[in-house]
Amino acid sequence: MVLKISSELVAALWEHSEREHPIEACGVIAGSVSDRRPARHIPMENSAYSPTFYEFESKALLALYRELDDRDEVPVVIYHSHTSTEAYPSRTDIAYAGEPDAHYVLLSTREEIASRSEFRSFRIVNGEVSEEPVEIIGD
Amino acid sequence: MNAASSNAIEVRIPTILRPYTGGSKTVTGHGATLRELIADLGKQFNGLDERLMENGALLRFINVYVNDEDVRFIGGLDLALSAGDNVTILPAVAGGADHCGAI
Repeated sequence: MVLKISSELVAALWEHSEREHPIEACGVIAGSVSDRRPARHIPMENSAYSPTFYEFESKALLALYRELDDRDEVPVVIYHSHTSTEAYPSRTDIAYAGEPDAHYVLLSTREEIASRSEFRSFRIVNGEVSEEPVEIIGD
Repeated sequence: MNAASSNAIEVRIPTILRPYTGGSKTVTGHGATLRELIADLGKQFNGLDERLMENGALLRFINVYVNDEDVRFIGGLDLALSAGDNVTILPAVAGGADHCGAI
């Protein structure tokens, strides 16, 4: 699988991640259940307010899934930032990954690398991580 | 079957657990408490209870809502249920860099 995503959405995820740094930013990009194309950015509050952990606040999580259901949407992309490590799923990310059909996007805002240089996408299914190419559309 | 255990309760199942329910998004269970409901779901759908609980407690990365309230804040597994209550199960959306000690 390839993640095809618009340059506007990529920029929106970077802006969110940079704004929250050094706290981890998190959110989803919703898309229609019929075509599963990432379309609608929904930044979420990280209820852990932590540089090493994120969690969608529980009531906001329920409200999000209700809204997606009502609009016949799914969380096509689930993203978060790593603020001092590389953009690769950690053991924690793998343990919690609950959407086998989602693209798990990680962005690294760590200071040792060029800004906006690590934007990677993964599938996480039954504890197995596979990286997939990211194709940015509309540059 | 006594009156309490005949409560019919609608349970919404998240995508990741639908292989256990034959693909159904919504199932009906019975139980006077959430603990009994989960046991009933495990009888109907083999193994489903083990994806929700371990050693008698709800798993950390599973959120269960009764009438839209997170059960962790309103009584947990011993919460009393009534006919017509609705239950929603959602996996937590969580993670983060390592060294967090959260699991």
